Amino acid sequence: MSPHPEDEVLRRQRERARLMAWLLGAFVILLFLITVAKIGLNK
Amino acid sequence: MSLVVFTGLCGLLAAPVTLPPVLGFTAILCIALGAGAAGALNQWYEADLDAKMRRTANRPLPAKRMDRQTALHFGVGLGAFSVILMDLATNHLAAILLAVSILFYVMIYTVWLKRRTAQNIVIGGAAGAFPPLIGWVAATGRVELLPALLFAIIFLWTPPHFWALSLFVRSDYANANVPMLPVVAGIQNTRLQIFLYSLTVAVAAVVPWALGLTGAIYGIAAAALSVVFVALAIAVFVNRADTPAGMKPEKRLFGFSILYLFALFAILVVDRWMMT
Repeated sequence: MSPHPEDEVLRRQRERARLMAWLLGAFVILLFLITVAKIGLNK
Repeated sequence: MSLVVFTGLCGLLAAPVTLPPVLGFTAILCIALGAGAAGALNQWYEADLDAKMRRTANRPLPAKRMDRQTALHFGVGLGAFSVILMDLATNHLAAILLAVSILFYVMIYTVWLKRRTAQNIVIGGAAGAFPPLIGWVAATGRVELLPALLFAIIFLWTPPHFWALSLFVRSDYANANVPMLPVVAGIQNTRLQIFLYSLTVAVAAVVPWALGLTGAIYGIAAAALSVVFVALAIAVFVNRADTPAGMKPEKRLFGFSILYLFALFAILVVDRWMMT
């Protein structure tokens, strides 16, 4: 247990936010690549 | 989960149409996410059962690492996301099959059958048989005979695989009042059913070769693997032990059944590639 519980909560929130940012970024890139691949298929 | 992803990948790779890598990757990702969603919803519904069984007591809900509502939201959200992404990346039919497989696992197996009948795993096993079909349809857009046969192989493989496990964790299912076959019909009757189903798996495994849908490599490998599968099922059938300590044949069959499916599908892909 951390001596300052609010620090621990903040640290976890920051970790979760960073993970969400990475996942959203990966999702955007994936959607872009899917679009490019679909356009390639329809040519 | 690994079998779901692997058989889905093999369905995709065995198909006569090659998808661009990013679309193939997305299709497999969606199958994995769909399986995760189905698993989350299963654990949401069965938290009370999981708490009573040693094998499942440490899952997030019974171990109180997550609350039920979060699990429900996660499962529904992930399931919807996987189906929508599958539709965007591949085609409507693959997305519909993915949705059906998730709903089948949750509604038919988990909610309807599991606590009511000893045939739960027989009918419910269909949910786990969808991935190669979904993989194939993601690539081709069509349901054809070979992926339907792959569906049948996993469908027939599930009961002996799961009943072998349920024999040596029988007390867990009995304590949780889950009517698995060994609890309801007894150990010897379950061993007979395992043996009979192993014969049907063996036949189903060689049918793709007999119909000319695969080459000799698959045919020979499927026959050899199936002979071992049936031999291990016979060892289970003649076993008379009724305690987990004496159930080595059951444990061997359970372990081999996983290897069997991995090997069968891997060889199918190799064989299909060599045919083209």
